[in-house]
This record gives sequence, structure tokens and C-alpha cells, in this order.
Amino acid sequence: MIDAVLEVKSLGKAFRDYGSELKRFASWFGAHVTPKAEHWVIRDISFSVGRGEAIGIVGQNGAGKSTLLKLITRTLMPSEGTVSVHGRIAAILELGMGFSPDLTGRQNVYHAAGLMGFTREQIDRAMPEIEAFAEIGDYFDEYVRTYSSGMQMRVAFSVATAFRPDILIVDEALSVGDAYFQHKCFKRIKEFREQGTSLMIVSHDSGAIQNMCDRAILLQSGRVLKDGDPVEVMDAYNALIAERENSTMKVERLESGQLQTTSGTLEAVVESIRIHSESGEPIEFIDVGQPVELHIDVRLHADIPRLVMGYLIKDRLGQSIFGTNTHHTKQVVENARAGQAVRYVARFPMNLGPGTYSISTALVSTDTHLVDNYEWRDLALIFTVANHSHPHFVGNAWLPPHIDVTPCP
Amino acid sequence: MNELLRSVWRYRHFILSSVKNDLKARFARSRLGAAWMVLQPLAQVAIYSLVLSRVMGAKLPGITNQYAYSIYLMSGMLAWSLFVEVVQRSLTLFVDNGNLMKKIFFPRACLPFIAIGSALVSNALLFVATVAIFALVGHFPSSGLLWLPLLVAVNVAFSLGLGLLLGVINVFVRDVGQVMAVVLQLWFWITPIVYMPSILPHGFGQIIAANPMYYIVGGFQDVMLFDRTPDLVALGWTALGSLVLLALAFMMFRKAAPEMVDVL
Repeated sequence: MIDAVLEVKSLGKAFRDYGSELKRFASWFGAHVTPKAEHWVIRDISFSVGRGEAIGIVGQNGAGKSTLLKLITRTLMPSEGTVSVHGRIAAILELGMGFSPDLTGRQNVYHAAGLMGFTREQIDRAMPEIEAFAEIGDYFDEYVRTYSSGMQMRVAFSVATAFRPDILIVDEALSVGDAYFQHKCFKRIKEFREQGTSLMIVSHDSGAIQNMCDRAILLQSGRVLKDGDPVEVMDAYNALIAERENSTMKVERLESGQLQTTSGTLEAVVESIRIHSESGEPIEFIDVGQPVELHIDVRLHADIPRLVMGYLIKDRLGQSIFGTNTHHTKQVVENARAGQAVRYVARFPMNLGPGTYSISTALVSTDTHLVDNYEWRDLALIFTVANHSHPHFVGNAWLPPHIDVTPCP
Repeated sequence: MNELLRSVWRYRHFILSSVKNDLKARFARSRLGAAWMVLQPLAQVAIYSLVLSRVMGAKLPGITNQYAYSIYLMSGMLAWSLFVEVVQRSLTLFVDNGNLMKKIFFPRACLPFIAIGSALVSNALLFVATVAIFALVGHFPSSGLLWLPLLVAVNVAFSLGLGLLLGVINVFVRDVGQVMAVVLQLWFWITPIVYMPSILPHGFGQIIAANPMYYIVGGFQDVMLFDRTPDLVALGWTALGSLVLLALAFMMFRKAAPEMVDVL
């Protein structure tokens, strides 16, 4: 990179526990004190950001993303390594920080821009533009305590981006009010980018990272796990998440699973549950509308006169999306013997909106689990639907439309 | 040091607007607004005058004004309230602004300037009120007042040095703030504000002599009541001590700065 605006070299941050604060004070005055405990939040992080480049930072909670950003914005001091910045950094992470409810919007703008290091004259010059961008009308000269949270966000975003920075740090999950304003914000960010501002976007959303970034960095346990093409990095990230969700599933089995044992007899259990593509490979990330096969293998530990398998797809909020069972489809397995295994394959197109979904399974004898409950398992499988091949849409369901646009007769 | 001052200069607008906001926020939505800044110390003066003027009044030689004791009290209180405000503000400076320091980068050295700024403004208001009351009771301090800026400077240097030093420690050991609340009360009583040094029993003199505030408060009383030049030698030593304290506080702040945000 010839023209780097940000260079991070073997950066590390440790929080030190000296046991006694006296030892900490002594360490400032040259005394050689070894801390009782040292907790490295991030370590050995090196990367650079070129002018105009857009970089996505991904990682699970606790991977060290915020610490890294705080080191870059210089609110935290590194324990080792260096951060060199060539230019001005603006961060849209903590919008409205330093706003006082007892000042008007305009006064708060002066104050907040002053906090960013701008002079009165510079702020005066930018003021009309800030006021116009916020679009809150006469409220601009009212006390901020009378603002709605959306209005405060509008003013805060307008100040934060009133002056084009060389590096803009954006938390993608940050809500900046209504959809209209959100759109406006992203437009401004895009304009900055065209003018040469580098972007750092923190996000969990693979779509946003893949759309906006040239490069992505995956952090895991305070280290750079992968740095490169956004698509590859997001795949690695998703694999990490899947691993973790599987492990929580095991936890679920320990906690609520054991609770289920009291209601479930475990005379029949789900041995494995997978989603396969049409061509037969197991997949976790499914395109909207993609034809899939849900494979559920059931093992019987007792003779069961009547076995019904049901499954229920839920969204991430736990709302039921679709569920059915083999009682309703009239596919009851009768007089099955202990030791026998049954494979259920449900084929359907994944007509769901983008998002994460879970499948619960039930092995019962009738259409409810209230008569005989052999096994009930929540979060048996977690999968992700992403929209790769269809025009953008929102919602849980994929209802492929055919839209005719003609002049009115 | 140079770099520090330069960054503070660059942030001068922010410091000014912070001082303004600070004062505004303190009195937002109160009817009397800024008057409260003066009313509180004056109420205290009124109480002490009421309770103690008979006992103490006779002990002020050479002053004929019947309100002499009240004038004495107000002079001392003017110095003391500046001291207390600066110490208390700097003591909790970093803890109070912890959230801001954690989220936004700005020169931390702005914070003490904001604290001094707002303390000076409220003290100036108290000064104006005090002089106005002096005039009402027929006391007009004259050329001695020219010493006042110097006295204020020494007062600020001492209180800021002490406050910042403790303020840095307070970030790591919060007990300091609690202890100081008690210490300041005690300190008030070992400083001749309510009483005159002459009424002290023999032996207490040494305790008082070791108290820098004795010289600062004494200077205020000299120029505002007795209309005479303050004890410049004592004041010089106090100023020197204050500067040493201030340097120590600055060094401490420098060392602590990288770890401060970690524990806030």
C-alpha cells in the first residue's frame, strides 16, 4: 500500500491488575512491578488501510472489535505496538455523546464540533449545511431535552459527518432513525468514499460487508484470523458462528434437553438432522428459494406402535414460520421395532426471507406431543437464508411476484 | 508540555463553550439561575455572622465598621469557596468525564481548564456580590484590591495542584474522594476564616502556620478588609509550593493518562 491512511503495527492491549493500586503508582515512577494479572484483549494485530479503501471488521462479541476501534480512535492507549494515522478520523459509533439536554440543537452542534477540534469559524461556516442535513426544522433551536431520540440522532449524525474525514468508522448496526434518514446517511457515506475517505465498517451483516467493503478482517479472540476478500472472510466468519451455535445446541441439550427428558421418553430419538442441497451436499447457508432436502434420522430404542415425526421452523425471534408432522401428511410409521432407524426426507423450496432460522423436532404418536412424547428438541438445527439471486425484499416469506408496469388506460 | 498547551489552544472554543454549558446546565430550569452561585456562600456568611458576630466582633482591632466581622468572614469565604470549588471539581474531573473520555478523543488537558474556568466565573460573581454588600455597609476596599489577581492565581495554582494530584489517584482509588470531603471540612476549621488567628490558644499557631490556605485566606482578608499589602514572603513560599505541587500533579497525570481510561 503506497498511500496508507492508517497503519496498525503489532498492536496489543492488555488490561493489568496490579492487585494493589500502590504498585500501579510505583510502576509510573520507574519501579519494576509485575502486574498480578494481565488480560490481553487484542494482540499482534497488524494491517493497513489505503486511501479510499473500505474495510469491514467482523468478529463475534468479545473478539476485540471495540477495543481495536478505541485504540484506532485513540481513546485507549496501546500496551504494545503502534497505530499511525495520517489524517483525521471520525467515528459514528457513539452518536450524541456529549450532547447536553439543556442546550439547543444549535448550541450542541457548536459544542460537539468543538469537541472534535474545530474552531468557531469552521463551525459557523458548516452550520447551514448541518442544519439543512438534519432536517428537523424549527426544533434545531429548541432544547435537546424536547427532542425525540430520532431527532437527536439526526443532529448527531449531521455534526459527526459535517466535515469530511480521512477515515470514517461506522458501526453498521447503528440506528440513525427512520428509513429515510438512514438512506440519506448511507448516501453521504458513499459520497465521502468517492471523495477519497477510507471506511471502516463494523458489522455482523455479511450483506453489508460484501456490498460496501473491498476487504474484510475477521477478529477472533483478539487476533486477526483472516484478512482479505470480503466473501472469503464472511464465509470463515459464518463457519465460526455455526460452530458456536452447534455448541450452544449442546448446552441446550444439557439444560433444557434434560428438562425435556422428563416429558420425552427417549424411546425414539433424532440421531441426526441436516439440510442438503438438491445435489446432496449438506449446507448451512441457503439461498432464497433454493430447493433443499431436510434429512432427519430417527433411531428407536423401544417398540413403538405408532411413530409420528414433526418439525417446526422458527425465525430468530422464535415465531413459528412453518410446521407440520407425518400424522397430517398421513405417513405414520406403524409397529416399528426397537433398534430400527427411520430416515425422513422433506423436500421443499426455501421460500423464506433472509435471516437465521431454527428447526425444532418432535417424535410423538399422534398429532400432538401430549399423548406420547418420545422426544422433543428445540434448536435441533440452525440455518441461515441469504438472498443471493433475487431482487431485494424484506420479510420472512418469499412470495415471488410478477409485476406488470403499464401506463394507465 | 509545549505540545500540550498547543492542543489546548486549538481546543479553546471547546473549553469556552464547555464552561458556558457547564454554568448553564447547573442552573437550567431554576428560577434564580446564576444567583444561586452567590446565594449559597452568602447564606453561610449570614449564618456565621448571626451566630458569631457578638463573640468575634470585638476581636478585630483597628476596624471601626460595625459590620467588620461580616466583612472579615466574606473576605475569607471568597478565598475558601474558590479553593473548595477547584479542589472538588478537579478531584472528580476524570471520574465525572469518564464516559466522554472513553468514547471520544480530545486533549484531556482541556478538562482542568474547563474546571478552572467555571470556578473562576462563579467566584467572580461572588466577588461582585461581596463588593456590592461591602458598599452597602459602607466599606470600600481600595488600592489593596490590586493584589487580588495575584492572590487568585496563587489560590488556583494551589487548589488545582492539590485537586489534580488527588483527582488522578481518585480514578484508581475512589476512597480519596470520600476522604477529601471530610478533610475539607476539617481544613475549613483549621483555617482562620470564621475566627481570627489571634484568638487561638498558644501552640495552635504552628498548625496554622503549616497551612498554605492560612496565607492565601489571610491575603484576601488583608486586601479586602484591612486594606494593606499581603505578607508577600509567605505568599511567595506558598506560590512556590503550589507550583511544585502543580508540576507533581502534571507528572502524575502524564504517567496515569494511558491507564486512566482502562479503569474508568
